[in-house]
Amino acid sequence: MIGKRSLFILCALVLGFAFLYIPIISMVVFSFNASKLVTVWDAYNSPTLKWYVSMFANEQLLDAAKLSITIAAMNATGAVILGTVAGLVLARFGRFGGRTLLSGITSAPLVMPEVITGLSLLLLFVTMESIFGWPAGRGITTITIAHMTFSMAYVTVIVQSRLSTFDESLEEAAMDLGAHPRKVFFVITLPIIMPAILSGWLLSFTLSWDDLVISSFVSGPGSTTLPMLIFSKVKLGVNPEVNALATVLVAIVSVGVVFAAWWMRRQERIRERDVQMAIAANQ
Amino acid sequence: MARNSSPAGPLFGRIVLWWRVLRQTPAFRITSVFARRLTGKPLVISIPYLWLLLFFVIPFIIVLKISFAETRIAMPPYSPLWEWTSNTMLEVRLTIGNYAFLFQDALYSNAYLSSMRIAGISTLLCLIIGYPMAYGMARSKSSTRNILLLLVVLPFWTSFLLRVYAWIGLLKNNGVINNLLMAMGIIKEPIVMMQTDFAVYLGIVYSYLPFMILPLYSTLEKMDLTLLEAAADLGCRPTKAFLKITLPLSTPGIVAGCMLVFIPAVGEYVIPALLGGPDTLMIGRVLWDEFFANRDWPVASAVAIAMLLLLVVPIMIFQYTQGREMRAHK
Repeated sequence: MIGKRSLFILCALVLGFAFLYIPIISMVVFSFNASKLVTVWDAYNSPTLKWYVSMFANEQLLDAAKLSITIAAMNATGAVILGTVAGLVLARFGRFGGRTLLSGITSAPLVMPEVITGLSLLLLFVTMESIFGWPAGRGITTITIAHMTFSMAYVTVIVQSRLSTFDESLEEAAMDLGAHPRKVFFVITLPIIMPAILSGWLLSFTLSWDDLVISSFVSGPGSTTLPMLIFSKVKLGVNPEVNALATVLVAIVSVGVVFAAWWMRRQERIRERDVQMAIAANQ
Repeated sequence: MARNSSPAGPLFGRIVLWWRVLRQTPAFRITSVFARRLTGKPLVISIPYLWLLLFFVIPFIIVLKISFAETRIAMPPYSPLWEWTSNTMLEVRLTIGNYAFLFQDALYSNAYLSSMRIAGISTLLCLIIGYPMAYGMARSKSSTRNILLLLVVLPFWTSFLLRVYAWIGLLKNNGVINNLLMAMGIIKEPIVMMQTDFAVYLGIVYSYLPFMILPLYSTLEKMDLTLLEAAADLGCRPTKAFLKITLPLSTPGIVAGCMLVFIPAVGEYVIPALLGGPDTLMIGRVLWDEFFANRDWPVASAVAIAMLLLLVVPIMIFQYTQGREMRAHK
């Protein structure tokens, strides 16, 4: 059916993906440009790796990156714990007092504009400090808490939807056989929702690693995360070191995403094969 | 133990009344069960509950409180709402001046309207660009489909800030686009694209396009293609079949995609700050400037509350009714 219609669809796909990728590709290409003007190609000296060299020698940048990785990892771990508990409560605990409220406040951070979340958390931390003396000053702790609060909402949604696709019969069977609810959770439920927890962890890590607005509100002096540093650099215009950094990050993410996709497909194939073998064995 | 017959007088009666009111609140119910039995379900329920109450609900109460305070030059930069002036006098000072200020100064209403306009138009553009892409993806071979899906998801995992930044290099006066056009001799003077509303639209559409494509793709992919075959067998032309069958069936995807683009776009700060000009008004940026540049915490809080009432509450009501409708259909 090669007609006008499929030609139009083909054009839309080609142009659409070009739109999505041209900015990223241009950033990567110009990271090898020797000219300080970044977008004016210096054909004589390029390609060069000098911006990569200066990026890896930039202490400030490396410190910010380290801080961001620390916060992102702590945030992802905490958000996964809180989000899994919330998802489990919403999917498996039936009706209890305040369930509607809980499901409302777990999904509310998803639609909340970042500026509002950031402002409200900062005001909370300031008030808490003046009443309890904790958190003393703002920094890595307050940023992590703030990130956990919005990341856990995403984890909750993922875990809850994973649990809702599985019926409770496995858990009930284990319970009937006398397993303690805690044991049921660790032996049955947790392995079932493991893929959801993993993707929730990765998503939380990325959300935190990427966040500028909320971090800016709740950070203090001496705790500049990588997005905050990048933002202060690029507000003044294009910066060759940022291009180099972006290229490194894009490369890491691409490898990660492609690997994850390959791995997931492999797992899927193994599962399909197992199912087919099980059917064959039954016949 | 009714209030009037209480032997210890009216104060005791009042405490009993308060106790009864307090006992009705869900938070109290959970804590009391929690106190009775330290393990089991209530403990598990209370973990996310307490976290969200402390770090999500209480902050909003504080924002509401500070939006009624007066600005002053101190740390924290707002006046307390109540103060014991002597041992027995409690002075309560609430000002609605911050809200009055929002209504009087046209800046805020303009910022609100222009955020809605920018977010609305960007959402529409995302839909126009994203729909054919999602359609094409859903109708391609399954091997190509997976690769295309990967290509849509990939930018989503790379830094949002850096993807917005990438446009500065393309759009600025001596940027890639202008250099290319001038080298080709199409234009003599560079076109000013940075720091315009155009750049903001472009940035929003670019950043949020994957959020539009993914839900559209998932509804279009699930669609039963035999419906289209039946329509064709009965002599329906493809365009009409698309309008009568495909488009209505993809409505859930359209709604979800539009929400996912529109909601974050309204409160957007990074894109107008990096790509927009000084006259690109968006409410998120106004709040940010009020807070960081003017250090006016009470007005920033009032802006936040107004934004919450005008934007977030309608969305949540919409979501709630949608959820109920979906349950009703089941």
